[in-house]
Amino acid sequence: MTWKLGFSIKKFTLAAAMAGVLGAGAPALDAQTITAVMQSGIRVLDPVITTAHITRDHGYMIYDTLLGTDADNKIQPQMVDKWDVSADGRSYTFTLRPGLKWHDGQPVTAEDCVASIKRWAAQDKMGQLMTEMMSGMQVVDANRFSMSFKEPTDIALRALAKTSGITPFMMPRRIAETPPGQPIKEYVGSGPFRMVVSEFKPGLQIVYEKNKDYVPRSEPASGTAGGKVVKVDQVKWITMPDSTTAVNALSNGEVDFIEQMPYDLLPLVENDEDIKVDVFDPEGYQSVMRMNHLNPPFDNKLVRQAAMYAIDQQDVLQALIGNPKYFRTCAALFGCGLPYDSHAGADVTVKGNIAKAKELLKQAGYHNEPVVILQPTDLDTVKAQPVVIAQALRKAGFNVQMQAMDWQTLVTRRASMAPLSEGGWNIFATNNVLAEAFDPLRAFGVAANGKQAWFGWPDVPKIEALRKQFALTTDPAQLKKLADQIQALVIEEGVLMPLGQFTVPAVYRKNITGLVRGPIPVFWNLTKTGE
Amino acid sequence: MLTFLLRRVLAAIPVMAMVAVIVFAILRLTPGDPAAIIAGDSATPEQLAQIRQVMGLDQPVYTQFFLWIDRLLHGDLGTSLLSGTPVSAMIAERMGPSLALCLSTITLSVLLAVPLGILAAWRQGRMLDRAVMAASVAGFSVPVFVTGYLLILVFSIKLGWFPVQGYRPLSAGLGPFVRSLTLPTLALSTVYVALIARITRTSIIEVMGEDFIRTARAKGLGEIGVLLGHALRNAAVPIVTIVGVGVALLIGGVVITESVFNVPGLGRLVVEAVLGRDYPVIQALILLFAFVYVLINLAVDALYTVFDPRIRY
Repeated sequence: MTWKLGFSIKKFTLAAAMAGVLGAGAPALDAQTITAVMQSGIRVLDPVITTAHITRDHGYMIYDTLLGTDADNKIQPQMVDKWDVSADGRSYTFTLRPGLKWHDGQPVTAEDCVASIKRWAAQDKMGQLMTEMMSGMQVVDANRFSMSFKEPTDIALRALAKTSGITPFMMPRRIAETPPGQPIKEYVGSGPFRMVVSEFKPGLQIVYEKNKDYVPRSEPASGTAGGKVVKVDQVKWITMPDSTTAVNALSNGEVDFIEQMPYDLLPLVENDEDIKVDVFDPEGYQSVMRMNHLNPPFDNKLVRQAAMYAIDQQDVLQALIGNPKYFRTCAALFGCGLPYDSHAGADVTVKGNIAKAKELLKQAGYHNEPVVILQPTDLDTVKAQPVVIAQALRKAGFNVQMQAMDWQTLVTRRASMAPLSEGGWNIFATNNVLAEAFDPLRAFGVAANGKQAWFGWPDVPKIEALRKQFALTTDPAQLKKLADQIQALVIEEGVLMPLGQFTVPAVYRKNITGLVRGPIPVFWNLTKTGE
Repeated sequence: MLTFLLRRVLAAIPVMAMVAVIVFAILRLTPGDPAAIIAGDSATPEQLAQIRQVMGLDQPVYTQFFLWIDRLLHGDLGTSLLSGTPVSAMIAERMGPSLALCLSTITLSVLLAVPLGILAAWRQGRMLDRAVMAASVAGFSVPVFVTGYLLILVFSIKLGWFPVQGYRPLSAGLGPFVRSLTLPTLALSTVYVALIARITRTSIIEVMGEDFIRTARAKGLGEIGVLLGHALRNAAVPIVTIVGVGVALLIGGVVITESVFNVPGLGRLVVEAVLGRDYPVIQALILLFAFVYVLINLAVDALYTVFDPRIRY
């Protein structure tokens, strides 16, 4: 008792002394500032030059889009007040909402939007497709512009409402006229937040303040559509290289929100009464395997099919995610639970079938040619798949060679079309955000136009013909049918193998309310109350 | 002495030139393409070529090297390939936390370790010596990140005295500055206290067997006078050496501590730049670290003459 009392008095005295000298307790967060630990540090600020998600998310803070996509994946007007379609379905005229202003106070004009669309379309695959189909784009007046197409299509709506990959953000004309491969140097948008340039520390921190001139839409916020009403003064994104520290900082009230929580750290916060664990993007991510169609043995369709039969999605997901609450096996190339959900080819992609794989290998006349699998070792989200794939292929009788490297080396290496003896490759795995891969046009991994296609370079003209038809079709039933046909062909030809679907939980303090569900972490509509 | 210093400074020039060539060559031999990192998954070869052209990476390697050297000689470290920020500004930004952490750790370590080492040497073989040596083994053996997490658990989460993470510059006020540095300093100091205390103890024990110590005692000098006035000064050379190496290591090599406490120092900047293949940043940092090592070695050599008058240059 005496000891306990003595210890308490000492502790109290020391604490009081510390408090007096240094200011007690954990630093209290400003009630009007949201501090968020994002998935990575932001270095590149031009959302048109890179597909990095953190840069895309930055784009949603300071820029606005002509169209948005709501939580039900429906296209909605955003900067646009309305659009008119000509009777022949070939021409679209967009009218801007009144009162839109850039952060420098200048009005947003149709000229700005046309320049922004041109720069974006030069970089983005869907934008390039739209440009190919377009016969012209004209400024009608200060508030209106039009787009004309060679054939009837709604590609303009689908492309301008694109939420991810490279998103068509609007910029002032003087900035949008920067050549597409050259990064912009001025960060002026018309979005709900302004960037505080003086506070930007590459890779460490970026600060946004409320854009007081922003006029939100009247509809409730939904996905990237609806009213972007900012209810806090500032949002600060910080980077923390150590996830445990981020969790400790959240528990201690030093940060408000962690965008991506590692699964193994969830037990630390699941029982914390001040912290909420939530999944904002219920469809989440899809893991995929890509084979190189240029190099043997995967220049043979039967060998590609054998490899796909060998792999069991459950094994991959168990190794990658571990917690079944956050993954599911899924045959749909364009995402389970999304508009083009399909079971085509499920017998090949979901459950492993080693006997069938062996049979196909024999049929293909496989002669023990090496299969080089690129194995990134530095990224948790992609390092488990190659190990499981290798094990499955070995069981089926493949001669597998794993080559370990960091992800950035893999990114360079996979661009090589060379044979194995000169640094080529056979297999790599990566993940897609389903928000940018939920139809055959957005999912660039299903493109099969030979050396113009994504790494692996499949050449299947029939797939390309169907994709073109998909771009020209507007009837939902017909679109679904085409997507099913494309999926069946992609699997049959071994263009892309889905390895299953998973979600990543976010965690935040319970005094934060109003978070908007969807694949993009957005910070409008949030309210922060004192604790 | 002046001639010695001048000679050493001049000798540093070829060292730095060699470092520049080696680091440039290694980076260009390492696989990885900053353009591919920026452009992302869906980039076409044409887009990649365009980005490489903007970055100057399409030029022959020797042209890139001479352009870099030319800029370097004009005091321009270049700009980050990823963020477009001047490298000098990035280094200046990260230098503050690194220097602060280095100075606080070395100061605390020397203040604790030298007296502990002296005491252990004085009580050689007794309980105090064993306790100090056992503590130093523990200090070496426990990884810094474990010490860091324990400190965070106790002093941040349980007691709420210090923040879990982050760095506040001195300009934000003395209180926040000290509070943000306390836990990382304590975590790092465990290793350095252990190291310096062991070196101090060994050096003192060695010196205590010398004839001049026996003479001092014979002349009636007290034990404290012998230890501090004669033994410590003569044992200072290895201690100064280890402190010098510690300073150099602390400036750029404490990535784990910087990560655990989210201190935005130079160590983290190196790792980030390597992972992003941000060539100008890596090159500038490696040159800076080489320069720091040269300077510290020079300072340590110069200090030898202060502690040991027999050393002359």
